[in-house]
Parts: sequence; structure tokens; C-alpha cells
Amino acid sequence: MNPYTIHPARIVERRPDAQHIFTFRMRFVDPEVQSAYRFQPGQFNMLYVFGVGEVPISISSDPADLDGFDHTVRIVGRVTGLLDHAERGDVLGLRGPYGSPWPLDAIAGNDVVVVTGGLGCAPVTGAIEYMIRRRASYGRLTIVHGVKTPKDLLYRERFDRWKRTPDTRVLLTVDQPDKTWHYHVGVPLDLFDAIELDPARTAVLMCGPEIMMKLAIRRLVAAGIAPEAIYLSLERNMRCGVGHCGHCQLGGKFVCKDGPILPYPAVRRWFGAAGF
Amino acid sequence: MPTRFLDRSLLAALVEALLRRGRTVYGPVSADGAIGFDEIHDVTELACALRDVQEPGRYRIEADPGGATFGVANGPSGLKRLFLAPSESVLAVARGVGTFHVEDRAAQPEPIAVLGARPCDLAALAIQDRVLLGGRYPEPRYGARRRDAFLVAVNCTRAASTCFCASLGDGPEVTAPHDVALTELATGFVAHASSARGRVLLDELGAREASAAEQAEERAALARCAYDQCRSLEPAGLADALYANLDHPRWDEVAERCVACGNCTMVCPTCFCQTTSDHLSLDGERAERTRSWDSCFTPDHGYVHGKNYRPHTREKYRQWLTHKLAGWVEQFGRSGCVGCGRCITWCPAAIDLTEEAAALRVAPRDA
Repeated sequence: MNPYTIHPARIVERRPDAQHIFTFRMRFVDPEVQSAYRFQPGQFNMLYVFGVGEVPISISSDPADLDGFDHTVRIVGRVTGLLDHAERGDVLGLRGPYGSPWPLDAIAGNDVVVVTGGLGCAPVTGAIEYMIRRRASYGRLTIVHGVKTPKDLLYRERFDRWKRTPDTRVLLTVDQPDKTWHYHVGVPLDLFDAIELDPARTAVLMCGPEIMMKLAIRRLVAAGIAPEAIYLSLERNMRCGVGHCGHCQLGGKFVCKDGPILPYPAVRRWFGAAGF
Repeated sequence: MPTRFLDRSLLAALVEALLRRGRTVYGPVSADGAIGFDEIHDVTELACALRDVQEPGRYRIEADPGGATFGVANGPSGLKRLFLAPSESVLAVARGVGTFHVEDRAAQPEPIAVLGARPCDLAALAIQDRVLLGGRYPEPRYGARRRDAFLVAVNCTRAASTCFCASLGDGPEVTAPHDVALTELATGFVAHASSARGRVLLDELGAREASAAEQAEERAALARCAYDQCRSLEPAGLADALYANLDHPRWDEVAERCVACGNCTMVCPTCFCQTTSDHLSLDGERAERTRSWDSCFTPDHGYVHGKNYRPHTREKYRQWLTHKLAGWVEQFGRSGCVGCGRCITWCPAAIDLTEEAAALRVAPRDA
């Protein structure tokens, strides 16, 4: 099996989410590939633009949805810059899924706190949908999400829907509010005081800027949460997705195959070390 | 099987026997003032009666007064390029109606044989096997060349000044998997078979049994080669020490000397970093994806989401050294260094990995 083999996948929908961020709904061109395709929340695919290159993008849809899957993309580089021009009906290449999933079975029965910043909410949405669908299997669910400005907030409709689910809290915050903003102003860390924590039975799922995660970890560990119960979704230069190319290393880990989801103690040694 | 002895004249027969097996045979060949593995068609093409002088930042080939066939310890390229091609196509994509068609560049079995592989290079090959074949996604092109390769090792009886394999247990006598191991003496080669097909080969050559004196001479030569090594690397405790010293001032100091050229990663027989590039035909109808060697010293290596995680030389050098000597242990169960010394020789700034590791393992307050 050639680990670099890609499968053509069609954009069946393109939804604008926020400034420079949009979600592609994708489906493999070959129905057999589509019907055999399974992923777990937290995993990612490599997206290929014909003749240009690939980017790793997490899968942001519900894994129970077998008809297709979503990729939320922010326009930052060469390949995503071209994705900006991709429209419904266009065909991209795709391979995956790669990487480790959120430990959704292992944390069943616990309260779950989800802490995300910016586009960090995308890799966790599949996990949230999974837990919401099995609401009775999890304790209290608290979703803390911070963005720079209200314009950067995506998935508004999802956050609203999650908020209406029993025993589920959604706490949103922005750094720079505008007139429309009627939630908190500040960093996600500010909202931790509002969360009732039962440290012995709480798991934390985290994705966002490393500085945010680092500060949040410090706070949560001080509150009595075991480092082992904190799971991070990491981002590095994932080029091959299969642990061969060496670009995505963080200390002794390959983020593409050992991660992107790792329990905090697995990377504690290097996490937040500048240049690592 | 008893230890055998190949008279010098039998080396030609050995090359022929490998060729008869339908294999492309690679051996150490002299070109451009250095030794490298290249295709050979008969024994005369081997770099003969030469030896190397290696020092930090310096490599010279000179005549070997002893006239040894395998007198050169090593050259800039080991076995890596024979198995993990420096650059190769992995995928072709053609635009179709409303979609595109993907054509795998399938791995072609390429029967090859290597004559003169050094113990350090075979240790490196065994490491690359773990990296590229040991996981969930074996690299098929590497696997096609590697799996059936016939390996004739040549133990080292002369160390370059940059060699330190003995301290890592990777030489001067071969420890990694191979088929036949030779040790060169003045009169010929002590030969050991390590596989069934290795035994068949030695039988086919009619190699006689080695005498007790020849075997004793072999032991002495190998012991002397280990003893002669003036550099060493102590792997025990090194990973923890390096991780504990991520902010050591030595990183800044070495970054002053390092020019971030990436030579160390290119000549390293275990470095496996790769990148892919995509090429579009002029008419925009066909695209090709190429996988090629990469280095953690390139600006692109640490690129994530619009920024470079390792913009400075200090961080690049730290990535290379901590990965090689520490990260590797967690990833593949052993140090990524086999003591070949190439990164020392081929560093234009003469940076010595053993010296840096020794300085960096001592906590700054004790230094």
C-alpha cells in the first residue's frame, strides 16, 4: 500500500464560517471509498490541491455521519490560499484519516471540560457531537471557547444548539468585543472560576494556541485535575501523516502518528519550550 | 558453520557470484576525491589501495601503503541513498472529466547486493528499517529495495579519527543483520556467514576454513580498531540530560559556529526526514508528487500555520541533536547515532557531535 495514495473527493458544500475561515463538506468521488471511510473525532486528513500540495486538516464533522465529512479551513498559506478559490463541485485529493482520536470511551462517565481557542474548536467539534449524542454516558459538559473578536467566532449555530442540551454549559469569550457581543470579554482562563470542577472525575479536552493551553493546564492542575486527565490536540508540520517525514516532531513524539491527541504528561517535557 | 577464509583472488569470484544472482551490485568506489557506494560490474572497479584521512571539517583520500581493498573507513554517503532514494516520484495525478485519476508509482522489486557495507552503516540500515518499515504504514519503495537486499559486510580494521562506533556498540565488528561478514587481513579475508544464503555463497566460492592463526589475527585487528578510536559517545543517560538542558548556554554557543547548512543531516546514515513536492505539467493536465530527502535545518521544516517554529540556528541545531540522541530513543528504542563520524567530518564548521553532546550533558552550573 502506497502511503501517499490520494482519493479524489468532491466539495459538496462550502460554508463560510468566519473571516478567512470556511467549512468544506466533502464526499469521496468513488462511492465505495466513501462507504468504507470511517474516522474518529480528533483525527485529520491530508487535503491535496491538484499539482500544488497538501495540508493536514482535522475532520470537524460528526463521525456518525457517513454521507460525507467536514473540513474547516483557515486561509493562511500557499495551499489553503488556493482552497479559498475552491467551490462546490470542485475535486480535491484526500488521504487519511491519520492520528490519534480523542479518548471518548476512556473518559465516559466523567465530567468533561472542553477548552478551545480560535480555530481550535474545529478538531473538538466531532467529539462534542459524539458526547451530546450519548449525553447520558458523560457527566456535566462544559465548553469554554475563546476567540479574538466576535467576527472570529465560528459554529455559532452549534454552540447555540449545544447550550440547549441538558447539563451542558457553553462559555464564550472574546478579547476584543464589539457592540453585538453579549458574552464574556477576556481570555478563556477567566471563565474557569465559573466552572464547578469535581477534579477526581473530570477530563479535559483542549485545543488552541499553546500559550493558552499552557496557562489553562497550570490552572487546572492547581485545581486538582490530574495531568493524565488533560488531553491536548497538538499542531505541528504534519507533512506525510504516517511518521516518515520527520517534520511534526515534538521531542520524542511524532504529532502525526502518536498525536495529534496526546495526554499532557506525554509531552510535558517539551510542551511550551520555545522552538520545540 | 566454521569460519572461512577467502583468498584475495576469490573477491572477484564473490562479485561475479552476486552478479550471477541477477543483482545490481554496489561497492565502495572512488569518485570526486571521496568514496561512495556505486554500481560495480567487476572487482576492479572497487576503490583499492586507498585510505582516508578524516578530521573535523576535513576529508582526504590518499594511497594506502598497505594496499588494502577496503582501506577507506567511509565516505560522505553510506547506504541510505541505495534504499531511501534521495528523490523519487511517489504519485502521478492526471486531470479527468470532473475528477482526476491517481496513478500510484508502484514499488518495483529491485534485487540489489552491497559489498563492503561497514558495521556502522548496517547498524544505520537496521535503524532505518524501524523508521520506514516498522510502523503501520511501511514505505513500499524502501521496502522493495531493502527486503531482499544481499549484504556483504566488511568489518573495520582501521578507524578514521572521527570514528566512534565502538562506544555505541555498532562496530568495528558488524552487529546488525547481514548475510556475509568479511574481515580484511594482509593475505585475504576471514569470512563469516550469517544467513543460509550467505553460507550458500561461501560454499559456492569454495572458501576454505580459516586457520586458528587467521582467526586470532582477525580478533586482534578488530580489538585494535576499537582501541584506536579516539572519540566516544556515552548513550546512557544522554537523553534525559539533553532534555534537562534545553536552555543550556552551549546551544547559543554552538549556534554561533553552525552555519545551518544541513550537511550533517545529509551525510547522516540514519537521518530520515523527507519532504514532498508537487509539480504541474505546463498544460496543467498532469501532476507529479516527488518525495525527497529533507533536513531539519531548512526553513520549511518547522513551518506550521504561517510561522516557523524553529527560526533560529540554535533551535535548528537543538532539534537535530536532541532528536538524534534523545527523541530517537523514545521513538525507535535506541540512539539515532551509530558513531560513523560523518557529521563531524563533513561539517564545514568542524562541529564535533561528540564534543557538543559531552558539553550539553553537563548542567550549566556544573560546567
